[in-house]
Amino acid sequence: MTEVKQLVQDLADQFGRSQESLLPILQGIVTKEQHISEDAMIEVARELNISAAHVYGTATFYSFLNTKPLGKYVIRVCKTITCMMHGKNQIIKELEAVLKVNLGETTHDGKFTLLETNCLGQCHKGPAMLINDTPYTELTPDKVREIIMMYRDKELRVN
Amino acid sequence: MTKKQLQRLDLIFKNEHDIEEILTKTFSKSNEEIINDLISSGLKGRGGAGFPTGLKWKLASEEETDSKYIICNADEGEPGTFKDREILSRVPHKVLAGMAVCARLIGARQGYIYLRGEYVFLRPQLLEVINEFHQLLDKIGLDFRVEIFLGSGAYICGEESALFESMEGKRGEPRNKPPFPTQQGYKSKPTVINNVETLAHTYSIFKYGADKFKDLGVQDSRGSKVFSVSGDTPIPGIYELEFGMSLQKFVDDFADGDAKAVQVGGASGFCVPRKKFEKTVIGYQGKLRGTSLPTGGSMMIFNSSRSMYNVLHNYLDFFVEESCGQCTPCRVGTQQLLLGIEAVKKGDQPSSYLDKLMELAEAMRITAKCGLGQSVANSFSSIVENFKEEMIY
Repeated sequence: MTEVKQLVQDLADQFGRSQESLLPILQGIVTKEQHISEDAMIEVARELNISAAHVYGTATFYSFLNTKPLGKYVIRVCKTITCMMHGKNQIIKELEAVLKVNLGETTHDGKFTLLETNCLGQCHKGPAMLINDTPYTELTPDKVREIIMMYRDKELRVN
Repeated sequence: MTKKQLQRLDLIFKNEHDIEEILTKTFSKSNEEIINDLISSGLKGRGGAGFPTGLKWKLASEEETDSKYIICNADEGEPGTFKDREILSRVPHKVLAGMAVCARLIGARQGYIYLRGEYVFLRPQLLEVINEFHQLLDKIGLDFRVEIFLGSGAYICGEESALFESMEGKRGEPRNKPPFPTQQGYKSKPTVINNVETLAHTYSIFKYGADKFKDLGVQDSRGSKVFSVSGDTPIPGIYELEFGMSLQKFVDDFADGDAKAVQVGGASGFCVPRKKFEKTVIGYQGKLRGTSLPTGGSMMIFNSSRSMYNVLHNYLDFFVEESCGQCTPCRVGTQQLLLGIEAVKKGDQPSSYLDKLMELAEAMRITAKCGLGQSVANSFSSIVENFKEEMIY
């Protein structure tokens, strides 16, 4: 059995096989693999006995359910009004410089992806960003550099 | 001379841990009494639409069916709003208490908190509180369980019927209404869906009584409201204030002394220019161009250094991305409005083109299927009307 098949089966065992389990299962795949591959979608459709087109349509509707491969750490910088007013563009520039990627790209080592997103609900502490599930607020270029260093250190320790 | 500050309230965030006592006290009352309390308190939905909460519970309680649901809407996606996150992280037990009372009243055994994906970091601590709460429910003998359902980054899922679709494992596309959620909601069963703040307020009503709640506020806007204040202010954050204040008073207290406009109700709300601060009252009665003010509680302050063109451009960019794409007026309308203001700014279109765009926005208000598409006209028209020169030059 392939790895993705096993993952989908485990998730279906955990959340159930009714259509109501679709989002939790897709979220589970993203947590594990950072994105939902076509193979994974077909597996989900088979497990839940719904069409693959339905799975695809649902997955592509939600901005946090990535269907393209992303890095291990997905950085989502809030681009909505108050974060923009408080210097979101500087934060993006700094991240681009530190990571050596453009907005929307993934680093060569596959560790970081830099994205923009809509309101994170941290408007009083803008600019704000999410790295995977963790919010970081009141960002400054210096602070951003430190945060990325912290993640890089973490990666070095793992390897 | 010292200016009189707006009265800051501390009802919602007061740390009270007498849930068991309040639930036992409330459960000793009849359903009619509870509903009457809620209706006479004047509590209305705090998500923005303002539907009377007592009436919603009453309608759901009258439906006869085998299963019903109570859902707490924590898909707070409106730009400039962050109060629900604060309530869920500081006083989640009050929200759960409100859900439990509703569950017993309408006869639901299952409840959900639909938590937006951006707030997934709250889940571990919420689960702990829910577990404790389940133990309390067992103790007082109420057969009711609450689960967390996570969203995945779609603004539209804050619309109640889109939220149901999302929970049912579908694209978050709003349904036609009627039927309303109290008739056919989640899994086509009668469902009460309330905003986080609304549920927290019901706790205060059960504890302090309807009269105390009703004493706050004005006319049809009763009680207090949690406001999310951001933008050009030295003191951004969460403030609980009484309904009925004038926007001028609000600006005196919160702005940096140079406010030129306040966006009330987020990107789907209204932009009020300086000259109208005095006349604008915050509350469901606050009449702005004949429509009542959306009261999700988002207050974004812009000072004179801000370009209102950039503000509007940012909103439209947001709507283009968040439109679910189901109905044409919203899908195409949002894109055309964005292209339109860009064309006027560049000089590719004459300034009179702005009137055409306003007509389009008004057409969207009438023809779009859900609140998202209908409310684009709120911010669009109020910004273009009041800051026309900034759109052109």
